[in-house]
Amino acid sequence: MIQTPALRAEADALGQSLPALLAQAERLSSALSLGQHGRKRAGPGADFWQYRPAMPGDTARNIDWRRSAKSDAPYIREREWQASQGVTFWVDQAQSMQFQGAKTRPTKADRAAVLALSLAISLLKGGERVGIEGQGRPRAGLAQITTMAQALTLSTSLAAEFGAPSLHDTIPHGRAVVISDFLGDLGALQSALASAADRGVRGLMVQILDPVEEVFPFDGRTIFQSIGGSIAFETQEAGDLRARYLDRLADRKDELARMARALGWHLTCHHTDAAPLSTLLWAHQALGPQR
Amino acid sequence: MLAALTFAQPLLLLALLALPILWLILRAVPPAAKRLRFAAVMLLLGLKDDTRQADRTPWWLLALRIAAIAAAITGFAGPVLNPSPVTPGSGPLLIVFDGGWAEAADWPKRRDKAAETLAEAGRAARPVAVILLTDTPETPVFQTADAALARLTALAPAPWLPVRMADWAQSLPTGGFATLWLSDGLSHPGRDALQAALAAKGDLRVYQSPRALLALSPAKVQDGAVAVTLQRPLGGPQAQVQVLGRGPDPAGIDRELARFTLSFAAGDTTATASLSLPPELRNRLNRFEVLGARSAGAVSLADDSLKRRKVAILAGGAAKEGLTLLDQTHYLRQALAPSTEIIDGALGDVLKASPDVVILADVARLTQTESDALADWVDKGGLLLRFAGPRLAASDLSRTEEDPLMPVRLREGGREIGGAMSWGDPRPLAPFPEGSPFRGLEIPAEVTVTEQVLAQPDPNLSARTIAALADGTPLVTRKIMGDGQIVLVHVTANAEWSSLPLSGLFVQMLERLAISAGFEPPKPETLKGQTWGAARVLDGYGTSLTGEDMAGVDGQALGTALTAGPVAGLPPGVYTEGARSLALNAVTEATTLAPARWPSSQPIEGIEVSASRALKGPLLTAALILTLIDILAALWLSGRLPGLARRGAAVLLVALLPLSPPAAQAQTTSADDIAIAATEGVVLAYVITGDAALDDLSFAGLRGLSDRLSERTSIEPLAPMGVDIETDELAFFPFLYWPVTPGQALPSPRAYDRLNAYLRTGGMILFDTRDGDLSGSGASTAEGDSLRAIAQGLDIPALDVIPADHILTRSFYLIQNFPGRFDSPVLWVEASPLMAEAAEGMPFRPQNDGVTPVVIGGNDWASAWATDQDGAALYPIGRGEGGERQRETAYRFGINLIMHVLTGNYKSDQVHVPALLERLGE
Repeated sequence: MIQTPALRAEADALGQSLPALLAQAERLSSALSLGQHGRKRAGPGADFWQYRPAMPGDTARNIDWRRSAKSDAPYIREREWQASQGVTFWVDQAQSMQFQGAKTRPTKADRAAVLALSLAISLLKGGERVGIEGQGRPRAGLAQITTMAQALTLSTSLAAEFGAPSLHDTIPHGRAVVISDFLGDLGALQSALASAADRGVRGLMVQILDPVEEVFPFDGRTIFQSIGGSIAFETQEAGDLRARYLDRLADRKDELARMARALGWHLTCHHTDAAPLSTLLWAHQALGPQR
Repeated sequence: MLAALTFAQPLLLLALLALPILWLILRAVPPAAKRLRFAAVMLLLGLKDDTRQADRTPWWLLALRIAAIAAAITGFAGPVLNPSPVTPGSGPLLIVFDGGWAEAADWPKRRDKAAETLAEAGRAARPVAVILLTDTPETPVFQTADAALARLTALAPAPWLPVRMADWAQSLPTGGFATLWLSDGLSHPGRDALQAALAAKGDLRVYQSPRALLALSPAKVQDGAVAVTLQRPLGGPQAQVQVLGRGPDPAGIDRELARFTLSFAAGDTTATASLSLPPELRNRLNRFEVLGARSAGAVSLADDSLKRRKVAILAGGAAKEGLTLLDQTHYLRQALAPSTEIIDGALGDVLKASPDVVILADVARLTQTESDALADWVDKGGLLLRFAGPRLAASDLSRTEEDPLMPVRLREGGREIGGAMSWGDPRPLAPFPEGSPFRGLEIPAEVTVTEQVLAQPDPNLSARTIAALADGTPLVTRKIMGDGQIVLVHVTANAEWSSLPLSGLFVQMLERLAISAGFEPPKPETLKGQTWGAARVLDGYGTSLTGEDMAGVDGQALGTALTAGPVAGLPPGVYTEGARSLALNAVTEATTLAPARWPSSQPIEGIEVSASRALKGPLLTAALILTLIDILAALWLSGRLPGLARRGAAVLLVALLPLSPPAAQAQTTSADDIAIAATEGVVLAYVITGDAALDDLSFAGLRGLSDRLSERTSIEPLAPMGVDIETDELAFFPFLYWPVTPGQALPSPRAYDRLNAYLRTGGMILFDTRDGDLSGSGASTAEGDSLRAIAQGLDIPALDVIPADHILTRSFYLIQNFPGRFDSPVLWVEASPLMAEAAEGMPFRPQNDGVTPVVIGGNDWASAWATDQDGAALYPIGRGEGGERQRETAYRFGINLIMHVLTGNYKSDQVHVPALLERLGE
């Protein structure tokens, strides 16, 4: 009974935030306006692509007899290739994603959820299968969005300070989207990506940072605490540390870029004060078919 | 200064010894760090600080904290500056006031001081007596402190100075007693004797106010201008003092007619200003007063001496018919008519009209009686102005020996220059010699003399010459005779002999002559046996009261007082006898005021300075302020100030917002905004008094009344507005509520003009003294005094206690009493015409048209009307149901009042309806 109010409050919060989150994600994905898209070449699929004369090697069952009856040569009816991909999302749910540099900006976690959901919606509309790590294999159908949204709005109060990705739910040769601030230990990320790459999984890394983390506008005697409060660092003059902090941040970005290059992944950095659409477009392009 | 510093708890000062230890402790504690949540903290781990300068508290912050603690310790030790010596109280106590007008300015302060001493004496059960040295000396009787206190509140300064101190010294009671002497700081005759006598009786304490004292001498006419002298007997730094000249305007309303500034240099005791005024204005002046000074000494009344002169003009020979321009007196009349009163008639007759000036134009022969009467009149101060002419030249007057009524002897025949039969050119005038009344006048080049009578060279001729021609021949000569003077102009008064009468110089010369024939104060002997009545008298504060109820005064005593100054029974004022009037001023021309000199053994205490000042408050405040600065400094050191600054400013703004009165907001809005807001509908307005609590009350009261009006009548007023009578336009408001507070600042003359215009054009002011005690029980309250002072400048008709059939009793509700928070039945409104009689069969008298411009009462209506925003009453009225009943009646009165303001006497007109119907029927 004691837990009931807490549960209830959480459920309410979920009920309130879900529609808002979904609405924002759908608005974003509709801006993409790509619609149902084929692969623009023949292959397994449902839609008619073209008739072509039968060639040696074509099996007889592929011959379209109705078309062939109109002329002397047999024709093969080809369908457009509509191979659907399985895209698995991993969105960092750690405490550090709850950071918010200013009241006017969303938290990093909010922005990550919006990006993930809108990307998932547009992928689903394109006929792909999407899933979120921890909720099983990617599946088609817009019902997946609700599943993802619920997973993304779970309470984070007990989460770790920094996220360590796992990509167990990816399908071999599938795609993965990893959204995080990548401020934690890079070793866990390296091993997770490596094991995924071993299975032929490739994908995107979206680093989400607050502008405050890029600028470090602090001065004076300060104790910096992690969002969960478990890590603290005290300095006498924060302003003196600015240059060295920025160096370290640049190093980390370089390290990520190097890692992505080695694995054949794509990497981008998104700031919470920027509009999400450009990053969404980039992600959509990057997830497109390799030509 | 420091010698007079004592501590209530000196032992606490030992805590100051702990300060060095505190210094060491504070030094070791660095300022606290701020805590920040930061996601990228991982990136920071392992970074080392370059400097560690913030580890130690900076020295100036340490000094600040030490100073704060030192101030707190010293403050709690209870330092007192100038501690009041504890007066051992036993035996009878005599409180002595000088009691003259010199004390009027700070009389309340003196009375408070005396009251405080009386209260103290009452606690010690000492018998006390209070005397005013301006009273008639009598032996003081010691009473209980309570009785003396009751007497004290009724005491007021007299409009004269204490001059009978020596007599008081004789009439002191026997036996020893202590004395408290509240002195005005001026030297008075007999002060030393009284001081010695009092000191001999026992302990004598003298209080003297350091307040600057101003005394205005009577205005005099000097060289055609009104000269005003202001004395400042106690000296002081450089100062500018404004003096007003007041008098009735053509409509008979008292107004400011002139205003001028007198400048004292540092240390100066007198300042003089002279004022050139057109005669129309000058004749109306009846009072000068120092702006802002409340004392009879700062007021000087003006009498006939500033008025226009009576001038008698007589010409030799009969007037020639039809030759106006050649008439001897034509130019004289033209020149004098605008500024003087001209009397015509035979010499014997005109002298009875007591002219100031007699002008004889070419009159050579006078009978013995006439010349004797004339000489007598000149002797008493008249000015005889003679013009030469053919008759004078041809006569033997003053030929061989000097005629008493001629300033010089004349040579036979006179001379002619520049004519057809003579040599030379017409002569111009030489510059006026030193000492001549004409000195300083500009001489136009076209003024020339062709013919004149010549003076015999006599030893005193040059001394008597006040104007001469360019060749040195006297043109105007003058002789002093008794109090008066005789002036001879050696040419004619018409343009026959010279062009002088045609020029502006002639007018100016006449003006100088006529005016310098001043009204000398009469000698006491000349007033002997006459009885003068007081037309107006001044009280000690310089307020003008009617003198009608004063008995007539003996002329001789008045004459003495004119130089010696007013005394008991003869207050300053304007005294009349027949057509003559004399102004007796608190400060006469002969009055010289000097600061009092006390024996060096007598300690003098100042009223203001004597108050001991506890420094605990200021010191603790300083400690608090230092602590606040310390907080800001600590925040600044830890780099948290910029973020806080914005929020802090907002907090500060919110904290200060309620402090700014609505008046301030009203001022910031432009006049147009006010005009628009005030004319969007009916707006009830109140006068902003400057007392924020009272202004809020007025607002709440009018809001409550406005709400009731909207609920019950077709009048739907907007939110009430505050009006600053000095700056705001009043014409938009039908009704002004004016709560009167004690000591309210008087409106400026400009504001009075606007208020009068407002009242004349149909506005109504409800004066509320809020004391509930205007009922004529005799005791006047401070609010009542304040109201009287304010209303003095207002153009208010005769008032009367509201009659039972007044329109206010039935303009909406039928009511017979007009309660507010108080329920005093008396309400003053414009008096009904005396002739008004109730018509046959009518319950009411027909009232005059229009609205009573003022309603005056003291029932504190605003408190009864006041509601908050939700319409709930703000102040309790009376008790229980009866109180609510009273509040309801108060609202009804308010509604009736506004109805009366807006509809006039419409209800009263109803009484004509039967007559009108009857006429229509025909």
